[in-house]
Amino acid sequence: MTQSGSPISAADVAKVARLARLDIDDAQVEHFTEQLGKVMGHFGDIDALDLSAVEPMTQPYPLVNVMREDVELPTLDTDEVLAAAPAAEERRFRVPPIIGLDG
Amino acid sequence: MTTVPSTASGIASAVSSGSVSARSVVDAHLERIATRDGDIHAFNLVTADEARAHADAIDADIAAGRPVGPLAGVPIALKDNLCTHGIDTTCSSKILEGWKPPYDATVVSRLRAAGAISVGKTNLDEFAMGSSTENSAFGPTKNPLDLSRVPGGSSGGSAAAVAAGFAPVSLGSDTGGSIRQPAALCGVVGVKPTYGMVSRYGLVAYASSLDQIGPFATTVSDAALITEVIAGHDPMDSTSIPQPAPSLVGAVTQGVAGMRIGRVTDLPGGAEPEVMERLNAAFDALAAAGATIVDITLPSLSYALTAYYLIAPAEASSNLARFDGVRYGLRVNAADTNAMYGATRAAGFGDEVKRRIMLGTYALSAGYYDAYYGKALKVRRIIAQDFDAAYKNVDAIVIPTSPLVAFKAGDKVDDPMAMYLCDIYTIPTNLAGHPAMSVPFGTGAHNLPVGMQVLAPALGEVAMFRVGGALEAAGGAQ
Repeated sequence: MTQSGSPISAADVAKVARLARLDIDDAQVEHFTEQLGKVMGHFGDIDALDLSAVEPMTQPYPLVNVMREDVELPTLDTDEVLAAAPAAEERRFRVPPIIGLDG
Repeated sequence: MTTVPSTASGIASAVSSGSVSARSVVDAHLERIATRDGDIHAFNLVTADEARAHADAIDADIAAGRPVGPLAGVPIALKDNLCTHGIDTTCSSKILEGWKPPYDATVVSRLRAAGAISVGKTNLDEFAMGSSTENSAFGPTKNPLDLSRVPGGSSGGSAAAVAAGFAPVSLGSDTGGSIRQPAALCGVVGVKPTYGMVSRYGLVAYASSLDQIGPFATTVSDAALITEVIAGHDPMDSTSIPQPAPSLVGAVTQGVAGMRIGRVTDLPGGAEPEVMERLNAAFDALAAAGATIVDITLPSLSYALTAYYLIAPAEASSNLARFDGVRYGLRVNAADTNAMYGATRAAGFGDEVKRRIMLGTYALSAGYYDAYYGKALKVRRIIAQDFDAAYKNVDAIVIPTSPLVAFKAGDKVDDPMAMYLCDIYTIPTNLAGHPAMSVPFGTGAHNLPVGMQVLAPALGEVAMFRVGGALEAAGGAQ
């Protein structure tokens, strides 16, 4: 909880946008903070539930490993895949420099 | 001049018997699209040339006496988050505009093998996030019954295409009601099969523990027919249930005599009074058809919305990380990779997608995980347990599909919480992984269609189609 009583602060929104690699400006931070605050305000309804003895449920059915025989199967056409990429070179995806990250 | 039948089963039998050509069926539907889709915008892309060529190939097979599939010559519209080899698949997002997938979704291959002819890709709320098909980067879809109103969402284009007669059947995807709610608002049948019943290989993922593909149709029987064709195990989807597709068409006319059908006495409020009147009429009709109506409670149902709007965005924030400007779609160039990610995603995603990514990132972030995501997963368990308890006493449950009939375009677009409340009756089944369908059952406010929703336990499709068929047969009668 922030001091204003809103479930999410502008600083939280700016932080999650950064974590999610979404560039947003100050006006958008304010806009999204208000909207997300309203939505998260609704989430308080589950606070009244006693969930201490309940196991979390991540999937409708219990997850099991699905294995197949280790045999060669057809794969996607590399040229076709690379043709759909924004940039490719020497049969690889080409990206801008990755060093000098701002964190 | 022969008449083109209006149902998929009618078209398939007319085409395979040679009384109507697949080409004439396709041409008739393309003509309707050309006439009206400018106003409705059900389609992001109409694949007229490919559809005509496919129809000609089927007609050639028939002329040569070669066998054709159970959907020979049936036009079908595909939600634009289903991958189609070499044909644009956008998810109604700028970030995928112009992308041509290098493969077909399993459902697309199965429909084609059955003789169905894709006529195009239908509009949706961007990445299937929305309840009105207004969150599309390519403009909203209108409700064919009243162009000032929304068709529902997120599969609004697929619902509108069937309601407008652009195709007798279509496919959508349903994560929290995205097939059933638009079906209700457009007055058509919509089915979300059991989680794992239909392969998601080639469905662009939104929330992987909830997503399911299913059909829209004008009749319950057609919906059963399409479900039969697309269901069944697929090794390409590790969540696919290792069972063959069930027989469902026969169930539609089996009747409900002797069935126990649940009436939820603690249903969360908020439905329009006309919708509740239709619900009561549905129970009257089912009782008259020989079913026993059993009162049940689902005390956790009102918490489903909160659980869903934590779980789905959390999964979405992870799934949509793949849209990074590297392998497909949009790239906004920048000095380094990290800056490129942020700029590309800012330019490529619309506001609702950004909201859900941020919400999910927040719910999963250090310090908040237990309070939000962890707690939501426990609520999910309670909801599933409530259903399990109810299904000890009933074979199926009937509740409304949507609390409201089709609302005016623009009414909720700036109020995410109001939009999310549209899903209050559809979300619980996704959390539990159960099948559910919406069947038109008369009209409510403004003479607009009301959909009744039939819920059944996991793999309970036969019971669901029996009840759906009985509601359809009652014809929405008072």
